[in-house]
Amino acid sequence: MIKIKIRKKLSKKNYLLLAITAFVVLIAAWTIASVTGSIDAIFLPNPTKVLNYYVEAIKDGSLLENTSISLYRILLGFILAVILGIPVGILMGTFQKVEAVVRPLCEFIRYMPVPAFVPLIMVWVGIGENAKITVIFIGTFFQLVLMVADDALSVPDDLINAGYTLGTSTTQTIFKIIIPAMLPRLMETLRMMIGWAWTYLVSAELVAANSGLGYTILKSQRFLATDAIFGGIILIGILGLLTDRLFAFVNKKLFHWSESAH
Amino acid sequence: MSLFKKRNILPVRDSHIEANLANSKIYAKNIKKIYHSTKGDTLAMNNVNINVLENEFVCIVGPSGCGKSTLLRMVAGLDEISDGEIIIRDHAIIGPGADRGMVFQSYTLFPWMTVGDNIKFGLKLRKIPAKEQEEIVDKYLKVIKLEKFKNSYPKELSGGMKQRVAIARALANSPEVLLMDEPFSALDPQTKADMQLLMRQIWQVEKPTVLFVTHDIEEAVFLSSKIYVLTSRPGTVKKEVPVFLPYNRDLSLKDTENFINLRKEVNALIDHSSI
Repeated sequence: MIKIKIRKKLSKKNYLLLAITAFVVLIAAWTIASVTGSIDAIFLPNPTKVLNYYVEAIKDGSLLENTSISLYRILLGFILAVILGIPVGILMGTFQKVEAVVRPLCEFIRYMPVPAFVPLIMVWVGIGENAKITVIFIGTFFQLVLMVADDALSVPDDLINAGYTLGTSTTQTIFKIIIPAMLPRLMETLRMMIGWAWTYLVSAELVAANSGLGYTILKSQRFLATDAIFGGIILIGILGLLTDRLFAFVNKKLFHWSESAH
Repeated sequence: MSLFKKRNILPVRDSHIEANLANSKIYAKNIKKIYHSTKGDTLAMNNVNINVLENEFVCIVGPSGCGKSTLLRMVAGLDEISDGEIIIRDHAIIGPGADRGMVFQSYTLFPWMTVGDNIKFGLKLRKIPAKEQEEIVDKYLKVIKLEKFKNSYPKELSGGMKQRVAIARALANSPEVLLMDEPFSALDPQTKADMQLLMRQIWQVEKPTVLFVTHDIEEAVFLSSKIYVLTSRPGTVKKEVPVFLPYNRDLSLKDTENFINLRKEVNALIDHSSI
């Protein structure tokens, strides 16, 4: 008899319940550890102190200001990577000649550490907003191209062949078959990439920034203000989770026809 | 990826075609297929000659690896011919085209389109007037008995229903020939038998010219008016078997003596040693 079944389906309600429990347990463990004083407040601030930090930051308006400037940087860097990366990725997944040129380059560059580009970027584009956007762009673009190419390659050959036997030309095959067929996977890729964009935010705000969530964290580090560091990190986590859920929701609505469940 | 493959450009034949091809729809002449690899060349198919006449239902059977599917894909323009030529009615093929509709073994409905839009796809490409498009779609939905599913998405359909829509999509485009590559092989036996009956009925009414590849001999005998039996690799035509069975067929035909004898005859022609 098998008592614990592998991949046994869980009801939506129970799934949500377990997910919430995990968060509650984490916060409870944190509270207990800091309130009992078993971990020094310098390493682990009291949750109420973090909450206080939020209250203060909302009151003086810095939270909203920093969040919006960070969102602006992420969105611009991400949108730029998407606008340039999607066409390149689709061409790469469709024509091997393009792939031969682009893939090795992307594979090479994507292993280069993004924070190491920061000094170079300052030289290239200065220290203004463009610099922060460029960091996020470099962090996401090369990954995105490779993943979009894989999405295009995932369209079954016979779906393309079916198009041919119904009379599509090469261009029509790309626009009427490959792109619509890959869209659900493409949107999943974008969902993952926006997550990456969030992680590059702190690197981006290393560049002579005086605003933004990443900057707040870096500044707090200098003053050993662990409550503010925690506050910043948790806020980035929450915003990242929200964008992720938003993407997941939109994908489910747009691609209800998709055979694979999200 | 097939988009990237270079297509064999064959010369378009002049209008003086041989007399015996006057009502020929598919004429494959001296087809050869060689696979190139680092280990050397493999001759997969040699000297294959096939002639499908207008309104004929022709099946190709043969042992696994004899190249029957490859031959069909060559006719569709999806696989390259190493040597020889394939003529559709009066011109040599140059790559794939709407004149050769195809139903694949795998499910190839466009999942983002409704059943109706799938059937309409080829018509839209050919810029047929919208009203006429609707009429054609409705006609073929009726032929495949799926009128109620016009606005359903492929994911809501069973395997058999998907293949029925694929047949309608190909036929709606009024191709010169309909190519079918083991379209029922993924279906359960009951659905498969129903599909065979439906396919035969469609052919009896619509009279498309069909080239049908299968490894199921019973299916071949039931459906076709002529069977080509291929040998194992290198594949070549072993025998052309005419199917002298009643024109109007239903599933009870499969129990008649004539049917069983013919099935046995074709089965005996197939080289089973390669299994």
